[in-house]
Amino acid sequence: MPVTETALAGVPALRRTQLDNGLTIFVQEMRTAPLASVWCWYKVGSKDERAGQTGVSHWVEHMNFKGTTHIPREQVKGIIEQFGGSWNGYTWIDQTTYLETAITSALDRMLFIEAERMSNGLYHPDDCESERTVIISELEGGDNDPEQLLDTEVTAAAFKAHGYHHPTIGWRSDLESMTRDDLYGYYRTWYVPNNAALVIVGDVDADDAFRKAERHFAGIQAGSLPKRVSTVEPEQFGERRVKVSRPGTTAYLKLAWRAPDVRSADFHPLLVLDAALTGAKGINLWASFRNPPQRSTRLYRALVDTGLASSVFGALLPTEQPFLYSLSCTATSGTPLAAIEEATDKALADVRDNGITPQEFERARHQLRARLVFEADSVTNIAHQIGYFHTVADVDVYHGLEAALAAVRLEDVARVARQCLVPSNRTVGWFEPLSDELPRSA
Amino acid sequence: MATLIHRGLSPLRRRLASGSTVLVQQTATHPAVTVFATLPAGSGFDDDRLLGRSNFMARVIDRGTEHRTAEQLAEDLDGRGVSLNVGVTRHLLSMSCTCLAEDLQPMLDIFADVLRYPTFPPEQIERRRATIITGIRQDEDNPAAVAIEGLMRLVYPDGHPYGRPARGTVESVERITRDDLVDFHRTQVGASALRLVIVGDVDPERAFDEASAAFAEWDVPSGPPLRPPQVPTGQRRVHHSTAMPGKAQSDIAYGFATIRRPDHRYFPLTLLNNVLGQYALGGRLGDNIRERQGMAYYVFSSFDANVGEGPLVIRAGVNPVNVERTIRAIDDEIAKVARDGVTPDELADSKRYLIGSMPRTLETNGGIASFLHDADYFDLGLDYDRRLPDLLDAVTLDDVHDVARTFLSTDRAAIWVAGPPSSDGESVA
Repeated sequence: MPVTETALAGVPALRRTQLDNGLTIFVQEMRTAPLASVWCWYKVGSKDERAGQTGVSHWVEHMNFKGTTHIPREQVKGIIEQFGGSWNGYTWIDQTTYLETAITSALDRMLFIEAERMSNGLYHPDDCESERTVIISELEGGDNDPEQLLDTEVTAAAFKAHGYHHPTIGWRSDLESMTRDDLYGYYRTWYVPNNAALVIVGDVDADDAFRKAERHFAGIQAGSLPKRVSTVEPEQFGERRVKVSRPGTTAYLKLAWRAPDVRSADFHPLLVLDAALTGAKGINLWASFRNPPQRSTRLYRALVDTGLASSVFGALLPTEQPFLYSLSCTATSGTPLAAIEEATDKALADVRDNGITPQEFERARHQLRARLVFEADSVTNIAHQIGYFHTVADVDVYHGLEAALAAVRLEDVARVARQCLVPSNRTVGWFEPLSDELPRSA
Repeated sequence: MATLIHRGLSPLRRRLASGSTVLVQQTATHPAVTVFATLPAGSGFDDDRLLGRSNFMARVIDRGTEHRTAEQLAEDLDGRGVSLNVGVTRHLLSMSCTCLAEDLQPMLDIFADVLRYPTFPPEQIERRRATIITGIRQDEDNPAAVAIEGLMRLVYPDGHPYGRPARGTVESVERITRDDLVDFHRTQVGASALRLVIVGDVDPERAFDEASAAFAEWDVPSGPPLRPPQVPTGQRRVHHSTAMPGKAQSDIAYGFATIRRPDHRYFPLTLLNNVLGQYALGGRLGDNIRERQGMAYYVFSSFDANVGEGPLVIRAGVNPVNVERTIRAIDDEIAKVARDGVTPDELADSKRYLIGSMPRTLETNGGIASFLHDADYFDLGLDYDRRLPDLLDAVTLDDVHDVARTFLSTDRAAIWVAGPPSSDGESVA
């Protein structure tokens, strides 16, 4: 089992190996707390789904908490809690992942759980049916949120052919019609070691962790992966607009431009541009909901300081294939969305014409570097970043973030503004509340 | 190498001459520091006419001082990659941030400047007023927010500070003037009850010296703490609903008032809450409503003992056709646990989980800052992290059964449902 090391200044080396069955294993020793975080990542997400099966990746994720051959259904509850641990999972456009974080002595248990999840899921028909309604409940909870409704519409309009088109949770009719065999077939196809990566970070001995992982996973057979959907989104030749009108109290604007993938040379300049426009969020999907420092940014000043919007938020997430750069604005009560759109257009036209200032440039890069530090605050977050970047590109891309940001030049930022943030490349979404049907209490 | 959690926390705790309390815990996880400050100036201090005043103050207090304009503050914060979070709970005004270790001194200076010398610029007041009103309108369109706020009104009636909307109403926020904010700052925000917690990659003595320098000569006393009145006993079951056209899912909030934090029944109630609606995927409630009946993506309970008698709240989001069935399932679980208590295995599992989760709770600077703050605020002692396992372990089955019988009764439950109109008008008597 050859092991390679990636050493970074001041950080314990990340060690990596691959089993004969194709499973990639990462181990990083972090002795800051008596904890270990184990993540198992699968390179399958909602972009890999075919028509009629939208939402299957996410539903399969749910089913993989419903018991395995050696972890009967009734023993799932408490299996990690008895070590004081937490567990979770999520599915997004490029990946599906599962994690446990617990005291170090639970390492063997965590690896056992993930090995079972990879190979021995039960998919009892009753559990599939019970989970169908749970997932529809999750969908309906999302539909209660006007911003989420708008996001679904804008994303679907921005992609007419590529798998990023549909929401990860799936379209309702697919959730109502998929069968147990659809779920189990998808599980057996994609949950194979040669489509997975195991990440272990924490107060562990790396050699011991590799040995334990090998013991649990080496016996799982590699699978034959199917050809992935390879549809490329055709070029966009003009602005697209969608409008959602539902009962509500507040208007929302969302602007989404087709954006570069994480390997593109344009990704890092666009990250700097976003920091200058709306503040640095960091580059961690898992922790990206923290408030960004944004009071001095272009769009905060143009929209919030002028009273047009109560909030503005930008998002550029690392993805395997070109996805979106989006701006989300909440209109202050009584402000027409057209006024917010006009003010945003004006601010962006200025950036396209003149770029950002050297002061904005330095501040944005400093913010992004600080966020990289802030986000490496737990074994769970560190393990997430290693696995996440492995699924969308390579872990070297994560380790190269700081250098890549340092290499961005002021003129690169202006260039990506001119290339990317143009009207012909964007989708505009308006959520306009129908305010004649307001809540009433009984 | 022994980690912080193996050794236990060992914060430096000192008082300034003004009475302010400073707590510093050194960690070496990464080169960052979390700063967390609180003062007794939360929403519970708002009078009926000026609901939302404390929240309003929190939104404007960092938008201009005698030494820094809003513009300069924005540059100072953003230039360091710092997001300053100012907010209110029922009791406290809080201010927090995470910064690089090298930026601690300038950030402490900003904290002191903002707390001591805010100027409440009129133009900033009007901008934040519009933002706050938009937030209130957004909550009016959010079934979860509507259900929780409604439940709190039922559990804490008659003007109790826990039953009033922390952000106020559109009408009350429109009424608040600059003078109201200045008055509130003058009467409540002072040094004597300031609690400042600093956790991170910093030498404790140095951090204390820097905090002392930043807050030196601030000798204005804080306003008195909030003493919430006792919650009336003998409440009967009440059930209300809010119809929200266009929504897909109904949110159920179901709850009771319980105890104050210093009450000796705190740990039995903590364990009861864990068994009922926390353990694994939502405890017994999750087993019933999510796992067996497939009705909800989320169902859980939460318990929040505070200076006043805090609530135990059960929450679930379900399809409107399942609202009555879900409330019946919650009733069943409440009746069962009040009648029979919890099992020995359940109690052992929850103890093991809560004790075993301490290293996760105390892994990050933010987690440690929050833990130390609460331990100090409720006077639990600087060794609380080391005593906590024994305190949980000492709870007996009878202790849990006693609190279940005392506090959980379907006859006294308050329920608020918000969702699509098909759930309108339902009544569970």
